[in-house]
Amino acid sequence: MLFGFHWDLSSPEAFALSILPILLIGMKITILATIFGFLIAMALGLVFALLRGVPLRAVSWPIAFIVEFVRDTPLLIQLYFLYYILPDYGITLPALETGIITLGIQYSAYTSEVYRAGLEAVPRGQREAARALNLGAWRTYRDVIVPQAIPRIVPALANYLISIIKDTPILSAITVLEMLGAAKIVGDRTFRYMLPLTLVGVLFLILTAVAATAVRYLEKKLPRAGIALK
Amino acid sequence: MKPIVRFDKVTKSFGDTIVLRDFDFEMAPGERVVLMGPSGSGKSTVLRILMTLEDIQKGVVYLSEVPLWHERSRAGELRPAGEKYLRKMRSDVGMLFQHFNLFPNMTVLRNIIEAPMKVAGLSRAEAEARADELLARVGLSDKREAYPNSLSGGQKQRVAIARAMAMRPKLLLFDEPTSALDPEMVGDVLEVIKDLAAEHDLSMLIVTHEMGFARDVADRVCFFCDGRILEQGEPSQIFTAPAEERTRQFLRMVLHEAPTEEATG
Repeated sequence: MLFGFHWDLSSPEAFALSILPILLIGMKITILATIFGFLIAMALGLVFALLRGVPLRAVSWPIAFIVEFVRDTPLLIQLYFLYYILPDYGITLPALETGIITLGIQYSAYTSEVYRAGLEAVPRGQREAARALNLGAWRTYRDVIVPQAIPRIVPALANYLISIIKDTPILSAITVLEMLGAAKIVGDRTFRYMLPLTLVGVLFLILTAVAATAVRYLEKKLPRAGIALK
Repeated sequence: MKPIVRFDKVTKSFGDTIVLRDFDFEMAPGERVVLMGPSGSGKSTVLRILMTLEDIQKGVVYLSEVPLWHERSRAGELRPAGEKYLRKMRSDVGMLFQHFNLFPNMTVLRNIIEAPMKVAGLSRAEAEARADELLARVGLSDKREAYPNSLSGGQKQRVAIARAMAMRPKLLLFDEPTSALDPEMVGDVLEVIKDLAAEHDLSMLIVTHEMGFARDVADRVCFFCDGRILEQGEPSQIFTAPAEERTRQFLRMVLHEAPTEEATG
């Protein structure tokens, strides 16, 4: 029994059907972690990208260091740090929240590079033309730079969305019971691993396929008339 | 009459490379001046300083005798200007670029009305009326709703001209406006510029290698070399009887590389 559901070992079909509710509860956690982790990554990444562009070195260098540090250390170490070490300093967060924050921070390091590359890929002549027309800094970003950067940014962000979905099982290392963790417990208790693990694989495939389709739709909907993507 | 443009002992360098040294230059209102000379000689830098795309290290640049890069403090001293002051000064100047720099995310119409609406504060109807008039003038009324990437180079530059003119500049700067165009497109763009030159209150500073065009449109041709004006005068004088050997050399090279109508016919 897990999450109040009993499994039925009478036939493979019955077993699959009986553990599906368990896996779907796990999937809810996977989806939650993905969505909130990705939201944090997108917002924090933008903050990092903008701060890194500040001409003041006292600001840009520490940010650059943080981004590099996060990018170049394993997710698992950061996860352990936040979960096992922060409580020593009086900060105790529930496991799921800790996991979401860690995913968000890790991926913000990637998304900040995506934003930066996207903004820098807009040709310099565009800023010069905006200046020649006396558009202010805010107008230039809003009407000229950002609309041209978005079609460059979205496909790269989408890759990270799919990547973050696939990284969620790592949260089981700090006791968060997501899809894969639930499947493993079912396996441990029934000594049947094949079916639960296969089901989880299929569920992940469905999740990433849905995400990829949604992103492709979004890319089509984006106003990018006339913008060369390469 | 006071000059619309005056460079007073201006020095501009990029790192260790000095592009302009103690550069002096003047333009009368309504004057059409063509800058010619080898690449890297500082012609484009003069335009870019006037458009406030490049700052200066020494000297003072005046627009209608008002310092462009300096504000006057209460005590009357000149100090480097802030962005707010530069925005005010920029409003009389427009610029055309070698690579047009139209905004690819906007339609032709939107490109033209963006600044009049968002900077000059015109209503949409006023801005569109102005845009339609200018599009008719550059012969592209049918491209109103098109996106820049569907236009040819010549059409793009004509839209860029309309876009710059929509802000009603007193001084229009042209940075090699035809050098990125296929030869068969050059004529159309030059015709549009000649048409603008008929406006008496518009001053033009043009960097170009099109000698035939320079002869038609320019009141004065300045031959630029190593960050200074080596020789200047009326087009007929500069093109037919240049005093300096360096000018003659350059003219021979330009004629050889890109024969103009006058040169071939």
